[in-house]
Amino acid sequence: MRERNKINPLFLTDGWVLLLYAVLLAFGWISVCGASHNIGDTEFFSWGSRTGKQLVWIGCSIGLGGILLMIEDRYFEMLADVFYWLMMIVLLVTPFIAHDIKGSRSWISLGPVSLQPAEFAKCATSLAIAKLINQYGFTLNKRKNFLRAAFIVLLPFCLIVMQKETGSALVYMAFFLMFYREGMPGSILFCAVAAVAYFVVGIGFSLDPLPGTTGDVGEYCVLTMIWLFVTGMTRIYIPKQPEHAQRLLISGLAVNVVAYLFSWLIIPFDIAWVLLAYDIVMIAYLGWMWLGHRMKEFLLISVFALGSTAFLYLSDYALNHVMKDYQRTRICVLLGIEEDRDAAYNVNQSKIAIGSGGLQGKGFMNGTQTKLDYVPEQDTDFIFCTVGEEEGFIGSAGVLLLFLALILRLLVLAEKQTTVFGRVFGYCVLCILLFHVFINIGMVTGLAPVIGIPLPFFSYGGSSLWGFTLLLFIFLRIDAGRKRR
Amino acid sequence: MPKDYSFEKRKYIVGGIAVAIITLYIVRLFTLQLTSDNYRQRADSNAFRKEIIFPSRGLIMDRHDSLLVYNEPSYNIMVVMQDQHGIDTLDFCNTIGITKEEYIQRMADIKDPQKHPNYSRNTPQLFMSQIAPEEFSKFREKLFRFNGFSVEKRNVRHYTSGIGAHILGDVGEVNQADIDSDKYYKSGDYIGKLGVERSYEKVLRGEKGMHIVLRDVHGRSQGSYMNGKYDIAPQPGRNLTLSIDKGLQELAEKLLQGKCGAIVAIEPSTGEVLCMASAPTYDPRELMGKERSKKIMEMTQDPMGPMLNRAIMGLYPPGSTFKPTQGLIGLQEGIISPSTVFPCSRGFNYKGLHLGCHGHASPIALVPALGTSCNAYFCWNLMRMFGNKAKYGSTQAAMTRWKDHLVSMGFGYRLGIDLPGEKRGMIPNAQFYDKAYKNLWNALTVISISIGQGEVTATPLQMANECATIANRGYYYIPHVVHSVQGEQIDTLYRNKHHTMVDPKWYNYIVAGMRQAVLGGTCKGANIPGVEVCGKTGTAQNRGVDHSAFIGFAPMNEPKIAVAVYVENGGFGAHFGVPLGSLIIQKYLFGQLNPGAQALADKFQHTSISYPHKKVNIPSKK
Repeated sequence: MRERNKINPLFLTDGWVLLLYAVLLAFGWISVCGASHNIGDTEFFSWGSRTGKQLVWIGCSIGLGGILLMIEDRYFEMLADVFYWLMMIVLLVTPFIAHDIKGSRSWISLGPVSLQPAEFAKCATSLAIAKLINQYGFTLNKRKNFLRAAFIVLLPFCLIVMQKETGSALVYMAFFLMFYREGMPGSILFCAVAAVAYFVVGIGFSLDPLPGTTGDVGEYCVLTMIWLFVTGMTRIYIPKQPEHAQRLLISGLAVNVVAYLFSWLIIPFDIAWVLLAYDIVMIAYLGWMWLGHRMKEFLLISVFALGSTAFLYLSDYALNHVMKDYQRTRICVLLGIEEDRDAAYNVNQSKIAIGSGGLQGKGFMNGTQTKLDYVPEQDTDFIFCTVGEEEGFIGSAGVLLLFLALILRLLVLAEKQTTVFGRVFGYCVLCILLFHVFINIGMVTGLAPVIGIPLPFFSYGGSSLWGFTLLLFIFLRIDAGRKRR
Repeated sequence: MPKDYSFEKRKYIVGGIAVAIITLYIVRLFTLQLTSDNYRQRADSNAFRKEIIFPSRGLIMDRHDSLLVYNEPSYNIMVVMQDQHGIDTLDFCNTIGITKEEYIQRMADIKDPQKHPNYSRNTPQLFMSQIAPEEFSKFREKLFRFNGFSVEKRNVRHYTSGIGAHILGDVGEVNQADIDSDKYYKSGDYIGKLGVERSYEKVLRGEKGMHIVLRDVHGRSQGSYMNGKYDIAPQPGRNLTLSIDKGLQELAEKLLQGKCGAIVAIEPSTGEVLCMASAPTYDPRELMGKERSKKIMEMTQDPMGPMLNRAIMGLYPPGSTFKPTQGLIGLQEGIISPSTVFPCSRGFNYKGLHLGCHGHASPIALVPALGTSCNAYFCWNLMRMFGNKAKYGSTQAAMTRWKDHLVSMGFGYRLGIDLPGEKRGMIPNAQFYDKAYKNLWNALTVISISIGQGEVTATPLQMANECATIANRGYYYIPHVVHSVQGEQIDTLYRNKHHTMVDPKWYNYIVAGMRQAVLGGTCKGANIPGVEVCGKTGTAQNRGVDHSAFIGFAPMNEPKIAVAVYVENGGFGAHFGVPLGSLIIQKYLFGQLNPGAQALADKFQHTSISYPHKKVNIPSKK
């Protein structure tokens, strides 16, 4: 063991991650070349150009990675809290000392470079949360523990929201996926997914008439989903009494079919009213069972059903009466209900850029959509358009597969960790990465709302690149430390 | 530290979420990038502005390469509505000399979907066409101040003289029907509207070129795409050499001044039209510039019909100029022989029907009958033919044969001249009379068709073609006004002989008759010393004063010119037809008129015929 302990951690670093990191950086730099230069430009390496600067940021990143690999891994855990609180202070003061850039106050100027503390706060939060969960006997199942963990995540979230960088703040939601792995009840994750599904389906299809009835598709589908979820939950959480689930399944199906057929064949009406009535009966039934059996599960499922139903109607109300116009527009544009000129224009140009790439793309430096500024933020948030336009389906799908490979490799490495600290930190890294890719690619392909967050390793700028380098190499160093032991 | 295994299975869920997201996005990329070409086209239409380079239109020359139509640059003001904002409207209006109301009206017109169904906010739209050079130079100096406006250089047609309006035609802006029928045209393009400008549109127009310019999101030009690799150079239109003789055309138009009618001269050996005048006419130069549509509207409403090319659109009874065809049919069908004589007692009398004639010897044979233009002779001829049941079986069959002969001579259908709007004339057939007379008809009922009256009508072009066919002794070429296209021969359509159904040997008797008419018959006035002129007068009855007609060719052997003259309400053929035809022949054969002929020409130029029945219909003014 003494021998292993002396091996330079560089040689114990995971080769796959390093390779994927290098490939993504190279691809990213090429994309910045494509996005920020005009056709015919060749001055990729001059300091004055964005590509030249990006090359410097990349060099700094590699240097930073090297330094991180040299640091003793136990320092990370030791200094996690200090690092975290220091970052929180920086985040707190940022809005007061930062310049206003497009309405957000999140950039601090340090001589020639501007840094975005939010990018580094992700790493600090990851370290702090890993250290917290690493405590002996800590389980997220205990409410007090969960609240502590949630506090660590929500504090930077709130501070970043104060800088008016909602996109960067949303990234902190990624930690909940890690919480799930560490024991947070799956039902919380499920509720979150269900809420998104209700919202997208309920609002997105609220204007499509349901054939054969006078109602709309959205409301019908959501009410049907609630019934299916409740039936499924009853079956899963109360396995010893399957008759309840059976009753719900058969009665719900019967009500649904009879109502639909009646509307279709005899008198058309809005069958959502029937389903809503059934929904209330279902909630009452579960409540009655709870009173009879005194099983907490009945109550929880009943509350889920009630919450779901309330969410459906409240979200509709909130959209139309509570939200501000621009917020409503953004959501409506995303769900395809409305055309907002600016938001729709950007997403549309982005889709045109990607769609025009075809199979093989237009070739390096030949993308017209990005070269001629049709795509907004073409070398930062919308950088993926350049990949899609110039490298085509092969290139853009390739990039996605590279990200997937990196995420899965990180998952494998995280699971191999012998310390909870290492594993939690690994999950933090991969969840943040996944969230960035999820939102960014979803945004440029028109599947997710326009939330301005960068594509890791691709988007122009030092902060984002260094933030991810920090995350990745600290984890690599922890992983190398595991191998030395 | 013990490893916590309780939640380890959840790694599959997390991994599964990652795989699901990436899979979803790859599917999304697949649908965006590989399922349709739509995005590619939209990216191209974003980035590439295709600037049209207009080719210069082909020039038009007469048969001696004398220039008739050429191009001069003119400037159109274009506007891209999307980019047009923040301009000083008053300054703009003053610069190009319009009022603010006009400005507002023009802007509204551009956006009017009925006037511009293809209107687009971000492509240049025509704001004002053909602005004057001095206004253009003022405008160009201030152009940088007028966002969204640009100037487009176009060529407009100019004419070296005022002749040949009906042949040359003109050029105007395309209408929706033109755009719909040919994708080449875009709103605001020019197209030949009349005359050879229309019939040779594809030759004259050339092919538009294209300059591809990269355009950024602000609509600013970012230079040419790939150094112009994909640019297309315009192909200039090809020049037309007409078969028209400018001098002859000029004379013909002069002679018809103050009258309604037409003169057509054809070179028999080629079918080339040497002159084609229609009166009244107009000066094509008057249609240039902004006044065009107003002027055309005026002319369209003019009851004298100056827009009508009577040479190919006027349908007239050919009268006695039709008689040579009747003689030919009779000879070919064996109804008559050159020695057959028919009586004429101051006309044709049969079963109480009388059709008058003038005094001459009787009985009479074919050649003198042509010379004196005997009506009776040709009536008997038709009687014999239509009554010959032994040969044809029925009157109907005989009539069909008669009609077939005339069709083979170029009557009854469009000849197919290379000008738009030709009319076919009328050669009645048996079915026509069966219907009109409920089968109760015979040769007598329709006897007037034998002397080119009744239902028979023909265009002056068809009469000239008849004359050329006689001059050629039995064939013609489809008459055409274009001699060659930039040195290249014209379509073989105009180079194939069309033979009539009559044996060439019979033509000699007709030629002899027409020669006799000039020497001692009805058209003595056509005699030109030293030239063997053959001719035939026509005096066509109609509701008013008779129409004066003449066909003739010269020289008798190896004829160089065949001419038809038709003057509405000109009286006897000898009044206008003969002298006008003679002057045309002289001018063409000798290149000029001798002083006597010149004096005669001047006299006719200033002789007007009044047309009281063509009421001047003055458009009501507000």
